[in-house]
Amino acid sequence: MSRQVTNVLLVGVGGQGILLASEILSEAAMLAGFDVKKSEIHGMSQRGGSVVSHVRYGTEVFSPIVPEGEGDILFGFELMETARSLLLLKPGGTVVANDLQISPPSVLMGQDTYPAGLAERIKSQFADFLLVDGQKLAADAGNVKAANTVLLGAISKRLSISEAYWLKALEKMVPVKALEINKRAFLLGREC
Amino acid sequence: MKTILSGNEAIARGAYEAGCLVACGYPGTPSTEILENTLKYNEINSSWAPNEKVALEVVIGASFGGGRALCTMKHVGVNVAADPLFTLSYTGVRGGLVIVAADDPEMHSSQNEQDSRNYAKFAKVPMLEPSDSMECKEFTRLAFELSEQYDAPVMLRSSTRISHGKSVVELGERVTDLPLPKLEKNPAKLVMLPGNARVRHPLVEQKLLDLSKAAATMPLNRMEIRDSSIGIITAGICYQYVREVLPDASTLKLGMVHPLPHDLIREFAAKVDKLYVIEELDPFIEDQVKAMGLKAIGKEIIPLCGELTPGRLRSAFCLPQPASTPVDNMPGRPPNMCPGCPHRGVFFALNQLKAYVTGDIGCYTLGFMPPLSAMDTCVCMGASIGMATGVTKVVSAEEKKKVVAVIGDSTFLHTGMNGLMDMVYNNSPATVIILDNSITAMTGRQDNPASGHTLMNEPTNAVNIPLLCKALGAKNIRVINPLDLEETKRVIGEEMERPEPSVIITNKPCVLIKRDDVFQKGPVYAVDAGKCTGCRACLKIGCPAIEWRPAGDGSKKGKAGIDPLLCTGCDVCRQLCKFDAIGSVK
Repeated sequence: MSRQVTNVLLVGVGGQGILLASEILSEAAMLAGFDVKKSEIHGMSQRGGSVVSHVRYGTEVFSPIVPEGEGDILFGFELMETARSLLLLKPGGTVVANDLQISPPSVLMGQDTYPAGLAERIKSQFADFLLVDGQKLAADAGNVKAANTVLLGAISKRLSISEAYWLKALEKMVPVKALEINKRAFLLGREC
Repeated sequence: MKTILSGNEAIARGAYEAGCLVACGYPGTPSTEILENTLKYNEINSSWAPNEKVALEVVIGASFGGGRALCTMKHVGVNVAADPLFTLSYTGVRGGLVIVAADDPEMHSSQNEQDSRNYAKFAKVPMLEPSDSMECKEFTRLAFELSEQYDAPVMLRSSTRISHGKSVVELGERVTDLPLPKLEKNPAKLVMLPGNARVRHPLVEQKLLDLSKAAATMPLNRMEIRDSSIGIITAGICYQYVREVLPDASTLKLGMVHPLPHDLIREFAAKVDKLYVIEELDPFIEDQVKAMGLKAIGKEIIPLCGELTPGRLRSAFCLPQPASTPVDNMPGRPPNMCPGCPHRGVFFALNQLKAYVTGDIGCYTLGFMPPLSAMDTCVCMGASIGMATGVTKVVSAEEKKKVVAVIGDSTFLHTGMNGLMDMVYNNSPATVIILDNSITAMTGRQDNPASGHTLMNEPTNAVNIPLLCKALGAKNIRVINPLDLEETKRVIGEEMERPEPSVIITNKPCVLIKRDDVFQKGPVYAVDAGKCTGCRACLKIGCPAIEWRPAGDGSKKGKAGIDPLLCTGCDVCRQLCKFDAIGSVK
């Protein structure tokens, strides 16, 4: 197919700022002159469930959801959710994951255990794997809540959108009082 | 100007550009954000109604008064609004009237996946179906124009992927040359007594015939001839999947799914060798195409259930699937009640009391999930109370005591209060628990007639729920603090025993309400590891802030811990600890 479309998946747990990150990515892609579509499920996912956001950009985008096995980049805010979504990724795709574990209800209740060694397992399947300590870098930037922006910085270098558009998108989407911290967090992530 | 909008934001924008004056609906995923966005335009009076029927009646009034008006609801909301809808097609409109029905194929957040297109045919109402955000905006504008041109309400069908998908939209200006609304009497058209309605019905049928003819040349129905060996008739989100998976196929993309442009369909069928109809859910277009005598393939290969995806479409056409990485089984992450949620203690008590719980639609439907596991039925909005009455009509005297209906404040006001009226009137011994958390929580904290605020965030009159229950005839009404486990269990137990209708109302707000004076986080709690015996009693309420921390020696031993970032200080876990190991952190 001649239409070049980049398929990005952003996954994690409700409340982690995934939707904002995917909005910033979509905005940056549009500013860079691409057609953009994005899809995710609201509703029940807002109560601490899994969240998967699909962002696709290119010359012309049809389906708003990334077809299974065609994801170019998987951007995971939480390790188990990252591992769960690998099936959406194409073989040889890129994984950028936040080094964070959030226990699901069955683990909290002591009925299940959180799977061990997830990062190593993902690395063995996908050579292009980057593990980011989003919390630490966000704290360095001035606020641990900006971890999603750190991760956005980390994937930004792997996408064909120049830095100026990313910063413009941040300026548009992030409230003024949090902008400086988020810009710092983004640039720290970009160095990963 | 170009911008990225969700389908719902684009529908709101389309209404704005069309000169819409009134927007009214009831929250329901995936339609809720339409009104939360019409709200941003000062020119539109946006409001939540207590249910979809009232919402449509408000919008009908606005139209009869001469203004353009928009009504929004999820697919199952159309069931509630169906009564006015079916006669509205006879009266027609004055100001343009558009009804958005947002379907939820795959039931991401719904109890069924009914296909709203059947309503368009059944109620004899034209229906448009957009396939991305730009079309959401343009079709909404167009729907208002068609509504006035054909003197008919127009439905706009969305779906989860359209409403919650985002894509690029080119914004336009608001029309300014519409006539100002003013009263105008026209009883022959607007008073649907038999004599008048008999005159109106043939006009409705003629309108649909006229529209079907005109639809052949409307730009919203579009023939795209590529490779002529395969021709696909499709609409809405399915068009995008067809273009994704079968980029060379010719397509007839229908923007109007009712009535169908028969002439255009015949013309398209004649141009292609093999005709397919690709649509989610029911064979709505397909049945009509086949009834025209055309040969077509549809539900023979396209699933009837669930949403279509590029992968499912590939399977239907036996195309190779891209290789993907197998994933190990991992613990699931189902949604859960929030830390500090006032519903938790009620379901804990109902579980302990071994109640038979007729449930309803809202966050509290999560009371079904373990470890609370205290919900036995859930059918539709407001159904809990009627079902409880019905159960008590058939079971033994001993079992009648077990029957408890649970319903939220917004759902009670939606269609639950009629059920209570019946329960009291017909003297059922069941117990009703109204979980009043002062908000419509599940859909994202919308105000309702008891919350004291309008959609436009203005303070307003509020329903007094205990007084309302009293006015409905209930004699036994008790208000409880659901965060007090002893009181909650005792009062529910007493009312279950009572051989008369009784109502219990909880009085703690949703923890997500952002208004300063409503919910306030208390002091955070912590576990004293020296006192914790690892008995796991506190884990039985399923609070996401409480975590089992294994000893790490391979044994089953461990201790509980509380995440200070998640804890709201609701105090419920402290009441479960027999060892005084949980307390607030000073």
